[in-house]
Amino acid sequence: MSAKPIAMSINGRKVEAAVEPRLSLADYLREHLLLTGTHLGCEHGVCGACTIMIDGAPARSCIALAVACDGAEIRTIEGFDDDPAMAELRLAFGECHGLQCGYCTPAMLIVARDIVLRLPEADEARIRVELSGNLCRCTGYVGIVKAIRQVLDKRRG
Amino acid sequence: MKAARFDYERPANLDAALALLGNEGAFAKVLAGGQSLGPMLNLRLVRPDLLVDVRRIPELTQAATHDGALILGAATTHAAIEDGRVPDATRGMMAAVASGIAYRPVRNRGTIGGSLAHADPAADWPTCLAALGAEALIAGARGQRAVPMREFLASAFETSLRADEILEAVRVPVLSARARWGFYKVCRKTGEFAQGIAAVVDDPERAGARVAVGATGSAPIIIEDAGALLRRPFDAGAAARLLRERGLGGDEIDMQIHVAALKRAILRLH
Ligand SMILES: Cc1cc2nc3c(=O)[nH]c(=O)nc-3n(C[C@H](O)[C@H](O)[C@H](O)COP(=O)(O)OP(=O)(O)OC[C@H]3O[C@@H](n4cnc5c(N)ncnc54)[C@H](O)[C@@H]3O)c2cc1C
Ligand code: FES
Ligand code: FES
Repeated sequence: MSAKPIAMSINGRKVEAAVEPRLSLADYLREHLLLTGTHLGCEHGVCGACTIMIDGAPARSCIALAVACDGAEIRTIEGFDDDPAMAELRLAFGECHGLQCGYCTPAMLIVARDIVLRLPEADEARIRVELSGNLCRCTGYVGIVKAIRQVLDKRRG
Repeated sequence: MKAARFDYERPANLDAALALLGNEGAFAKVLAGGQSLGPMLNLRLVRPDLLVDVRRIPELTQAATHDGALILGAATTHAAIEDGRVPDATRGMMAAVASGIAYRPVRNRGTIGGSLAHADPAADWPTCLAALGAEALIAGARGQRAVPMREFLASAFETSLRADEILEAVRVPVLSARARWGFYKVCRKTGEFAQGIAAVVDDPERAGARVAVGATGSAPIIIEDAGALLRRPFDAGAAARLLRERGLGGDEIDMQIHVAALKRAILRLH
């Protein structure tokens, strides 16, 4: 099985490589590019820990193949330093105890940002539904939900 | 776990994809959103020689209404349907069903065609599309064929797709202005696969009332001319007898769950 050429944009940087077709996008990011902010839990789509942005929408990187993302625009947690919504969420997660061990946090932030930008009117029930695809073993979710509510409330003014 | 080795091709069009699948001697599998195949590859439940990526093939990403039906390309994502980025033929039914499938990051990649071809008995689209009277439009080396859901969905993880065919699109009849629908999925956690599903479509200007009951462990149970089931008050005993007669297996609890799903879908008709 020969390696296949791929070209993509990762956090705004053009990247070219030749990869084995079976290489997951998560392993490509973590092992080849050392972008270890993307975490792996279940590796079958269930826990949400590996969630990143593919072409502007949150997606699981454990069940995406790097080769199938040829031409895509990828954004990982390392690519949000200058993002206003993410800056607000980082602060709110800290203030509201939205994390303990931090394992789920990079993906929680990516999904939280998606909620803030896509569903500006979301109430607590909707936030909880939207978060249901991201597991946290530590916080019990109360702090995470509170942090997202705080950002949404501030934005609504 | 990690996937075993396989090769990968991304053909530019349907004919090239069909040619790759028609290649005897290699075990080829179609790849769409990868939201069912990805986990299966990682768990090594399936070990193909070749993946044929169809996600960007133009025929599979079409969405248009012709002659009273919506033709929706197989590679249309659940999220595109949820967001109304494709035309709506079903007075909001498909958007509502889409929004209850898995989680947003899965819906952004997973496709309606992948879900049908995978034919997980607990999946949402098979039951929904069966109630809507949809057809599968299947492309093969010898041309296209249209297969109604009743025939397409053969059993658990079994469809009438042959290994060298591709599900190109689904054809969904446009509901009339007087049509009503109801859908209910029983699951313990938001976004999970269902323990019981019911879909009801009542269109007086078309086939009348049609009911589909899913998560049966096999293909959904489809009940045509289901007007009697819709009468108020809902007769749970009669519904259970009918479902048993139509082959719903399992114990009393399974029956209770499916009857409850049906009752709630009927109560939600609007
Ligand atoms: C965590 C999680 C939760 C989920 N929860 C639900 C749920 O609650 N309800 C639900 O319905 N689904 C659920 N799913 C499944 C999801 O809906 C998948 O998107 C869908 O089952 C498969 O679509 P896909 O495009 O990803 O197909 P793929 O995974 O790419 O393919 C699936 C199968 O279909 C075949 N295939 C795909 N496209 C075609 C085609 N056009 N022609 C011929 N064969 C084709 C493939 O060869 C493969 O065998 C869940 C998935 C995950 C990971
Ligand atoms: S590691 Fe990808 S969803 Fe769990
Ligand atoms: S903070 Fe530990 S898993 Fe969420």
